[in-house]
Formats: sequence, structure tokens, C-alpha cells
Amino acid sequence: MVIGLGDLFGRGFGPRAHWIAVPAVFGSLLFSLIAFGSVLSGGPHDLTLYTWAVSGTFQASIGIHVDALTAVMLLLVTIVSSLVHLYTVGYMHGDRGYARFFAYLGLFTFSMLMLVTAANLLQLYIFWEAVGLCSYLLIAHWYERPPAAAAATKAFVVNRVGDFGFALGIFLVFRLVGSLDYDKVFAELPKHAGETISIAGFDLPAVTLIALLLFMGAVGKSAQLPLHVWLPDAMEGPTPISALIHAATMVTAGVFMIARLIPIFNLSAAAMDVIATTGAVTALFAATIALTQNDIKRIVAYSTVSQLGYMVMACGLGASIGGIFHLLTHGAFKALLFLGCGSVIHAMAGEQDLRKMGGLKSRLPVTYVTFYIGALALAGIPPLAGFFSKDEILYRALLSGEVGIVFYGVGAVTSFLTAFYSFRLIYTVFHGPSRVDPKVAASLHESPSVMTIPLIVLAVLSVTVGWAGLPIPGLNGIAAILGPVLAPGETTEPVSGLLWLVMAGSVAVSLAGWMAARYFYLTRPELPKQWAARAAALYRLSLNKWYVDELYDRLFVRPTTRLADRLWRTVDVRTIDEAVNGVGGSTLAGARILRLLQSGQLQHYALVMMVGTFVILTVYLIVR
Amino acid sequence: MVPLSYYVILSTVVFLIGVVGVLIRRNIIIILLSIELMLNAANINFVAFSHYLQNINGQVFVFFVLTVAAAEVVVGLAIIIALYRGKTTVYIENINLMKG
Repeated sequence: MVIGLGDLFGRGFGPRAHWIAVPAVFGSLLFSLIAFGSVLSGGPHDLTLYTWAVSGTFQASIGIHVDALTAVMLLLVTIVSSLVHLYTVGYMHGDRGYARFFAYLGLFTFSMLMLVTAANLLQLYIFWEAVGLCSYLLIAHWYERPPAAAAATKAFVVNRVGDFGFALGIFLVFRLVGSLDYDKVFAELPKHAGETISIAGFDLPAVTLIALLLFMGAVGKSAQLPLHVWLPDAMEGPTPISALIHAATMVTAGVFMIARLIPIFNLSAAAMDVIATTGAVTALFAATIALTQNDIKRIVAYSTVSQLGYMVMACGLGASIGGIFHLLTHGAFKALLFLGCGSVIHAMAGEQDLRKMGGLKSRLPVTYVTFYIGALALAGIPPLAGFFSKDEILYRALLSGEVGIVFYGVGAVTSFLTAFYSFRLIYTVFHGPSRVDPKVAASLHESPSVMTIPLIVLAVLSVTVGWAGLPIPGLNGIAAILGPVLAPGETTEPVSGLLWLVMAGSVAVSLAGWMAARYFYLTRPELPKQWAARAAALYRLSLNKWYVDELYDRLFVRPTTRLADRLWRTVDVRTIDEAVNGVGGSTLAGARILRLLQSGQLQHYALVMMVGTFVILTVYLIVR
Repeated sequence: MVPLSYYVILSTVVFLIGVVGVLIRRNIIIILLSIELMLNAANINFVAFSHYLQNINGQVFVFFVLTVAAAEVVVGLAIIIALYRGKTTVYIENINLMKG
């Protein structure tokens, strides 16, 4: 069954552009629902659209492969994209690049849909790059602003670093297996399990190397440490795309890829350990930064990095069902939080600093309520969605082996921090005395319904989606759907006492975080400053993002710039320019010499003629 | 009989004197003179071969050449006088407007 292939990437139609884009994406949503139903009842579908490259025995085609994992991703992408499209009609109203924005949104949705429906590594990689490109284009939507252009470049370059590893991994797969189709690779690669590849004199285990290289792609795309630096700066882009690409879809492509290729990753325990550790460290690291940020979008951005860490960690621990479940719930409440931020920013006429906000709950009621629901979901408070998915991950972490308790510990601490910064955000923005600039306060208004309706829909989803994955056998829809794809052969376990214990622990941790935030920001709001002053070094570390950007600047950016400068001066100016000018110069010199022939003296010309004639005669006579 | 080669050598020598004159002399009128020399060297050649081949055509042709030479000298002198009117010089090295 064919899914509507996402959106067209249409050209500008001016202020009426949304009439093309919105129906198109809602049409895709409809098709995704149909596809989902079809896969549930019938099983996976395959459709080859176009055979692209045939070379010897290698064949690559662009096509559609829909199984349960793909179907849920399709739903996620189309639902969030549709809501974002609707939201954009209000948020970007009057913007000069209104039509261009919808065009790129459509291009992005198309690329993302083609990515998740890929049946081979080549198509996956093509559209992986394409979504990176769209991210660049959309972050730099207001391209005249230098920070936006710089952020877009940073996003693309950092992404590319990851993609480099990803490409190498794909090359290696091809070298070992000879094909890039998923089914062939999954079938053939286990046969190479013990092999090593000799590179630069070192014998490296082939399958582990492949897994690690492929994971590099996910590190870049899903903003894991150390390639996380682009995501917070990507907040320069308009909020709708922060919600779409940097919360619900593009960044999740990395997690999706790990889940999709889990048969490959399962072959290498070492790689899985690396994946789990990276995810755990990222989750904790990003949460510590989110505690002190003052830009509301940055808080949510670091939260995204942290939650992505959870998902990656889950996949690394063998709980990819949990990882994908969290991906889905996170897509709902994170998009909600971003769109909520957008609503606040829209009302505050562009202000994003929470030190200039406060007491907004009375002026922005719908935004406030939906945002509150999003924060509850993020913090993992039952019965909202975030609780079930996060709890699933924590439970699996505990069960995952000897060091499982470490991963559980990291997850639990991060959970506490997550709840804390979520409610810090709520209390500083919506509660308390108003620190809003009077000029802005006068025009504070709730957003129009094109913006609030998506908020409400996402809020409903944030509450309900979690119920698809209740850990009670028979009611766990997520495990039933994704199990056959991600963990074939595993049977569902009965509910154990440990599970209830973990659930209770999660609730306790989340509530503790919430109450702490309440205490610090509502009851005794003078406390944060005091604590920040007393732990000044830690505070500065957190506020300055642990100086990672500065480190990269020192390590990579400045040497590269210096090298480029040197190359420019010696090669470009001295060598190439000299060569080009030299051609001109030598032509002039030659001409100067030749000009001496033009003496204007008649007798010189006559002499030359005579000499020439005699030479010809002589040669003629000699030849004869 | 005078051998033919004597006449041909004579003609060649006269011709070369004419050529050298064209190339070396400064005065335009002398150059014109040298051109006439070249012409007459060719005439000597004509007559010599006419006598050698016992064919009167050569000598008849000389009449034509001499006539044309006369007309040509008239035209040449007219040009020189027009040139002199503009530049007041008879020295060919000063006529170098086409230099460069």
C-alpha cells in the first residue's frame, strides 16, 4: 500500500502558500494513518519506486518499506508536521519569507518520510543528508541575521562530522556484504562476526567498527556528546522548526537509525556499551546545563539533548522498544513545549529571556495550561506520557547487566534534574511577580487559534500517548507493535515486584524535583541567587555549557581558520594570482619586444622582404 | 660571340647594386634611381636572352618595360613631391609615421 509521499517542495506562492502546504501535509497524515492500520493487520509492505544504480552485482533503488517501526515513525512525523504547519500560519504571519518557509518545511517533511521508509542504507543516507540540509536552510531562515547564519553553518558542519563516520560505516558494510539492502545486510553480516579488517597496520574487528562508525552518524544527528553543540545554537531558527526538527523528528532520526539497524548493533557488545554510555553521559550532562540557562528556548533545547540521551542509552542497553516509545512520547510533549515557548515569545514580542518574564499565567491562559501539561509530561509525572516511557527505560536499565544500576542511577539523577528545570521554567515564566518590560506588557495577548489548537492537540497527546505502552501484559500496545520488529523472539514478561518498585522510585524522584523547584522559585525565590553565589564555580560551569564550545573553538576552529588564512595568502594571492597576472605580464613583455619590428622605416621592411626572398630561393635551389 | 653568362652576370650585378641602393641610401630620389637600376637590369636580361635564343620577343618586351618604367617614375616623383610638401624632408628615415 502506497503512502502519500510526503509533501511537494513547492515554490513561493506568497502569503497564500499555506493553502498548498497545509492540505498536503494533512493528506500525508491521512495516508500515514491508513498505512499504520494496514501494517497492523497485514504486515510489512514493500514498494520499489525507482531503480537508481546498477553496477555489476550492486543494485540500489529508491523505494518504500513499511513495517511497524516505520509506521509509528510515519505517524509521529506527519502528526507533528501537520500541527507545526498549522501553527506556522499564525506564528510566521507577515514574515517576508513566509512562502519559502513552507517550501522548506515541505522539503523537510518529504525527506524525513523518505528516510523512515527507506529499505536500504543508501536511501537512508541520502535523506539523512537531506534533512540535515533542510535543518540548515530552516535555521538560517532569517539569513540576514549573522547569528542565524553562523548557527546554521555550525549545525551543518557538526552534523557532517557525524555523517563522515556514518558514510565510512556504510562503505564498510558494502565491502563486507556487497549490498546495502536491509534484509541482505541483516542476513549476511552475522556471518562476518569474527572477522577483522586491517587498517593502517591495525587489525580491527569488522562488525564493531561498522557499528561504531554508524553510531557516529547518530551522535551527530541526535546531538549526543561530543557533537551536541549545534542544537542549542539551532534555536536561532524560528520556533516552529525548533519544535519540528529539533524536538520531534530530525534529531530522532539518529535514534530511529539505531533501532532500524539494531540487528547490526546487536552483533557488537562493545559498540552497544559505547552507545549506552554516550547516551547516559549526554543525558546527565545536558540536564546540568539546562539548570542555569536564561533563554527559554535554550532550556528546552538542552532538555531535548538530555532526553535524546535517554533514548540512545535505551537502545544501547537493548531496550530499543523503550527508546522508540520515549521517542514518540517525547515528540509529543517536547513539540508542545517548543510551540508553547513560541507562543510566549510571540506574546512577548520576541523576548526570550526568562529574567524579563513572570506572572504570565493570567495573560496567556491556554499557553499556560498546555505548557504545564508539557512540563508534567517531561518531568515524568504519571499518568502523563513521559512517565511511562521514561520509566520503561529506567526499568530496563536496571535489568541490563552488572552495571545496570549505574545506568539506572544516572537516569534517576537526570530525572530529578529534568523535573527541577522543567518547573523552574514554569515558575519563572508564568508565576511570581512580573518582571516584564512595561512596553511589552501592554501588548501581551494570548495567541490566535491557529497557534493554540496545535498546543491543545499536543497536550492531549502528551497525556494519552503514554497509555499505549502500559507495562501491563495485554495492555502494552507499544511492545505488541514494535516487539516483532525490534526484538523478535522475546516474550513478554509478567509484571514483577521490581517494576512497581522502580515506578514508585521514578515518581518519587520526579516529585522531589518538582517540589525542589517549587521551593526555590516560588516559595523562596531569593534562594537561587544565593546558591549560585556560593557555588560560583559550578554555576559558571553550567551556565557556560561546560565550556565545550570554547574548547572546540580552541582545538578546531581557530587552527582551521589560521590554516585557511595562511593558505589564502601564500597559495591564492602569491601563487595563483601571480600566475594569472604573470600571463598578462609576459604577454605585455612579448609585445614590447615585437613592437621593435614596427620601426616605421621603409628600408627595414624592404630589407626583410629581400632577405626573405633570398632565403626562399636558396632553399629552393638546394632542395632541387 | 659574347657568352650568355657574361650578360647574365652583368644583369645580376646591376640588379644587386639596385637592391643595395634601395636598402641603404637615405635620399628618396636616390632610392627611386636604384629602383630604375633594378628595372634596367631586368631589361639587360631580356635582351641577352633574346639575342641568345634568336627570338625578337625579348627586345620588343624591353620597349614595353621602358615605357612603363617612365610612367612609373613620373608617378613616383609626384608622390615624392607631395611627401616633400607635407614633411619638407627627402631623407627616408624621417618618414616614420607608421612606427610602433
